[in-house]
Amino acid sequence: MTFYAAIGALEQGLVYGIMVIGVYLTFRILDFPDLTVDGSLPLGAAISAVAITSGLNPYLSLLFAAMGGFAAGMVTAILNTKFKILHLLASILTMIALYSINIRIMGGPNIALIGSNTVFDPVIALGLPPHLASLVVFSLFSLVVMGGVIWFLRTEFGQAILATGDNAQMIISQGVNTHFIIIVGVGLSNGLVALSGALIAQNQGAADVGMGIGTIIAGLASVIVGETVFGSRSIARAIVAAVLGSVVYRLAIALALGLDLGGFTFSPSDLNLITALLVIGALIAPNVKKKLLAQ
Amino acid sequence: MITIEHCTKYFHRGSVNEVLALNDIDLQVANGDFTTVIGSNGAGKSTLLNALAGSFFLDSGAISIGDLTVTRWPEYKRAKLIARVFQDPLLGTCPSATIEQNMALALRRGKRRGLGPGVRACDRELFARELAKIGLGLEERLQDRVGLLSGGQRQALTMLMATLVRPEVLLLDEHIAALDPKTAGQILSLTREIVAEQNLTTLMITHNMKHAIDLGNRLIMLHQGRIILDVCGEEKQSLSVDDLLQQFYRVQGEELANDSMLLT
Repeated sequence: MTFYAAIGALEQGLVYGIMVIGVYLTFRILDFPDLTVDGSLPLGAAISAVAITSGLNPYLSLLFAAMGGFAAGMVTAILNTKFKILHLLASILTMIALYSINIRIMGGPNIALIGSNTVFDPVIALGLPPHLASLVVFSLFSLVVMGGVIWFLRTEFGQAILATGDNAQMIISQGVNTHFIIIVGVGLSNGLVALSGALIAQNQGAADVGMGIGTIIAGLASVIVGETVFGSRSIARAIVAAVLGSVVYRLAIALALGLDLGGFTFSPSDLNLITALLVIGALIAPNVKKKLLAQ
Repeated sequence: MITIEHCTKYFHRGSVNEVLALNDIDLQVANGDFTTVIGSNGAGKSTLLNALAGSFFLDSGAISIGDLTVTRWPEYKRAKLIARVFQDPLLGTCPSATIEQNMALALRRGKRRGLGPGVRACDRELFARELAKIGLGLEERLQDRVGLLSGGQRQALTMLMATLVRPEVLLLDEHIAALDPKTAGQILSLTREIVAEQNLTTLMITHNMKHAIDLGNRLIMLHQGRIILDVCGEEKQSLSVDDLLQQFYRVQGEELANDSMLLT
């Protein structure tokens, strides 16, 4: 792997890491498998791209992107809690709806951002080469998000979110409206995913309606890789592990794509297959291990 | 004071499995009353407590606590007034949170949860003091996850958590039935102490006739969703286990008689 490929993978790992924290919040903490993310990642990208091309400050566009993602997550959670639609189905419905909405927002399937202002401009203005500028910006963003989420989960409200996923009956008996908690929690998760999508769009110079495909599976793979490699004994550790898992995952993908097996090489379109196999492997490994140990 | 008026609840209404779980129940419980609730399986004991706690809404009737009519309040809102301990020791605590985190959650029962720290340093002292009362050494283990505790320890913790903030009403749904006899005895005396100390209005379901007579100042027996026996004060103290068993057999005999009438 070349130096540039490694830097690229690190960059991607950090920026997708923000999305992975979002997936961790729903999948592990709220026990709410949420496929909305496949739609809210391009939603964030679309909102940010439209905002920037109509002259808004790129940093401010991130705020709108996150708010859009939050709203999308709320829709899924309201369908689930208030209208009793199964969480998976509710999130698929929102995801499908977002496909059309994203095209509406952009006025087409994609928007180019080449030559527009981005969040990297101030850092490039400091004299850093562009490929390092995005690394710096993504490191900062993922650090702030990690710290913010860890702090939030330690607050009274955050503790109620943890308890909702852990033992809903207990926390209802302590006077917490779990519907409200789930709506805020899934909203927050998708807000982070949309933020991640907005940063990715600004980095790659375009927002595209198809860029969200496979987000959930990449998110799950990163969460699982992170837990396996870096552990999950405390919440703080699990959240740092989610981001690091994302970096490891992107490095592994970069390695796989650079592999040459006697003339056979993987193409970028094989990515989802490789990821699916990785997640399947990680999910069945504990069972296989248990069976082998039992023999 | 709890007032239950004409409280009726069907399960699976309109289907072949229709059950009339609560049949036009009227009940008034005075402040500080400790009422034991007995009855055979399916008599409606748990349904009555769940109706009070707001696990479901009534088909008809009204429930008020103090001057508040809570009939249409959802469960989480009633938790401001009502604390519960369940039969299953796993239901009352969060396994992956620590003891102090669980207690901090309980300390905010019915209050707004904001962005302040989940566990405050100044509350740790209170938690340790409360835990010391139950004599299980848990005050040394504030940072341990609750999932590591035994069922009895978890139930003792649940009992403390339920009363950490004084509730208007305490509901105990066979809260010692899943424990071994020694632990059950400990939790029962803990219950007795806390209820007396805080002068709590309590409803306790039990299948143990001796407990039903020994504890509290009032006893009600349910059968087929109705209250068929309601004794308090001295009359209750003079009850014997045999009296209660006779009551049981009497109502069940009626049931048998009815069945045989149907069959012959």
